[in-house]
Amino acid sequence: MIVLLGVLVVVLGFATRRNPLLVVGIAGIVTGLLGKLSPQEVLAAFGNGFASSRSVTIFVITLPVIGLLERNGLQEQARVLIGRLGKLTAGRFLALYLGLRQLTAAFGLTSIGGPAQSVRPMVAPMAEGAAERRHGPLPEQVRERVRSYAASADTVGLFFGEDCFLAIGSILLITGFVNTTYDTHLEPLQLALWAIPTAVCAFLIHGARLLRLDRTLDRDLAAAASRSAQAGDRTPEDAK
Amino acid sequence: MIKVEWFYWLVGAVFLAMAAQMAVDRSNPKRLGSAAFWGLLGGCFLYSTWVVKKQAPAEPLGLAVLVMVCLAGFGRTGRGTPRTTTAEQRTALAARLRGKLFIPALTIPIVAVVCASALKHWRVGGEPVLEPGSETVLGLGFGAIAGLVVAMFVVRERNPAVPLHAGRGLLESMGWALLLPQLLAVLGSIFQVAGVGTQVGKITEQLLPDGQKYVAVAVYCVGMALFTTIMGNAFAAFPVMTAAIGWPVLIQQMHGEPAVVLAVGMLAGFCGTLVTPMAANFNLVPAALLELKDQYGPIKAQIPTAGALLVCNIVIISLFAF
Repeated sequence: MIVLLGVLVVVLGFATRRNPLLVVGIAGIVTGLLGKLSPQEVLAAFGNGFASSRSVTIFVITLPVIGLLERNGLQEQARVLIGRLGKLTAGRFLALYLGLRQLTAAFGLTSIGGPAQSVRPMVAPMAEGAAERRHGPLPEQVRERVRSYAASADTVGLFFGEDCFLAIGSILLITGFVNTTYDTHLEPLQLALWAIPTAVCAFLIHGARLLRLDRTLDRDLAAAASRSAQAGDRTPEDAK
Repeated sequence: MIKVEWFYWLVGAVFLAMAAQMAVDRSNPKRLGSAAFWGLLGGCFLYSTWVVKKQAPAEPLGLAVLVMVCLAGFGRTGRGTPRTTTAEQRTALAARLRGKLFIPALTIPIVAVVCASALKHWRVGGEPVLEPGSETVLGLGFGAIAGLVVAMFVVRERNPAVPLHAGRGLLESMGWALLLPQLLAVLGSIFQVAGVGTQVGKITEQLLPDGQKYVAVAVYCVGMALFTTIMGNAFAAFPVMTAAIGWPVLIQQMHGEPAVVLAVGMLAGFCGTLVTPMAANFNLVPAALLELKDQYGPIKAQIPTAGALLVCNIVIISLFAF
């Protein structure tokens, strides 16, 4: 029972907004010691855990490429490109990206997107470009919302696409854990097939919310425009 | 055979090189702390090779991880002002290079995918060329190297220090959040060893009324999401909640179909990942990379979707598992 104090440490640290690295570090030490590990064993657990989880940090290797391309105008070019995509609004563009991200992830192509690889250099500037074309310059708050939705399209697409692929970490974790712990035999393919219904729901729900973003932007920007008009600024005719 | 550890050495070397740049970056008020943090991370990447092979003790590595936690946790790391091109220069460069700028960015995933699929079964003299089980990781490495070569050719950049410097700017803007996913993996393994799963199981058994199928399904799914929110990682929550309720109650006692229960249970956990700042790499890193003032912006955009999907997952298990 007392080992659950480690969970409490995480919750408390999280609630009081301490630095997450400190919270997790302390929770690990507390749980380890309460679980009757010696201080040495706790250190070894930290070391072994770090060594075997290095693969989650390797996307750093792509940063020099992305950084070099950004120095040379990658984001600006992405904005230019969306400028040419006729009728695509920010919401429609992001819904399209969500679908593509899910489909590619379902075929195991998870590294096609990601916050560093695609959202910052391409998806977010493209969505902003689309919103700007329709509404003119965006106020800071609206720009933040468009960027947040761009990040969400990437994350939701990845999460609810990748599990339809059989050789993905989470599927292998399920089969590995269940087959060794309960001495049974579960095939990755069965699990991957049962991820499809949720993937369809995710596309419908998040896609609909992305399409709604266009209407929210219309409303917010119209409100902002009328406010500034009331304040005496002349609003251009096409501000709607 | 090309080993995955070679690639980890390359990543470690990149961290060390960037740390060396940080140590002499006078625009960073906390340059020594930053250099120590990222240098230590690079060193850990190298040393880990022998820990994985069981040829070196894991304790010094654990100590180094805790030093990194303290450096970042007590605010000893910072960022410099990157020397880079101005907005006008970028617009001019974009107008000159145009679509060619996308070629290197697309090279990375294409090479990664070719390695993970086509080259996976490539053998020379009966031995696989890429280390089995690590094809995706190695593919990303080759993709990044190929992308860098193509990028330097496209933008006519000869000095390799320039991409390294530009990449360091991005690294500094992500900051310590980069280490959090690995630390969560550590926490998950410690929870496992200390028996947190068995304890949660005992508690839910007492709380759960007998034979209430749909209540049990909801408890499993909400528990997965809740635990994932706390741990920041569905992988850490899955063994705990499955040992507590998924396997003993839903599958053994109520004869649920294991594939449905477990696959959808994991996805219920992903709903938790969408809403937690503990999943730094999915939620905080994008906010930092997109230079958002509100670091919870992406989470706010994801909360309604996560809630609706959690309900969908409960319905899917209830309909199809029994």
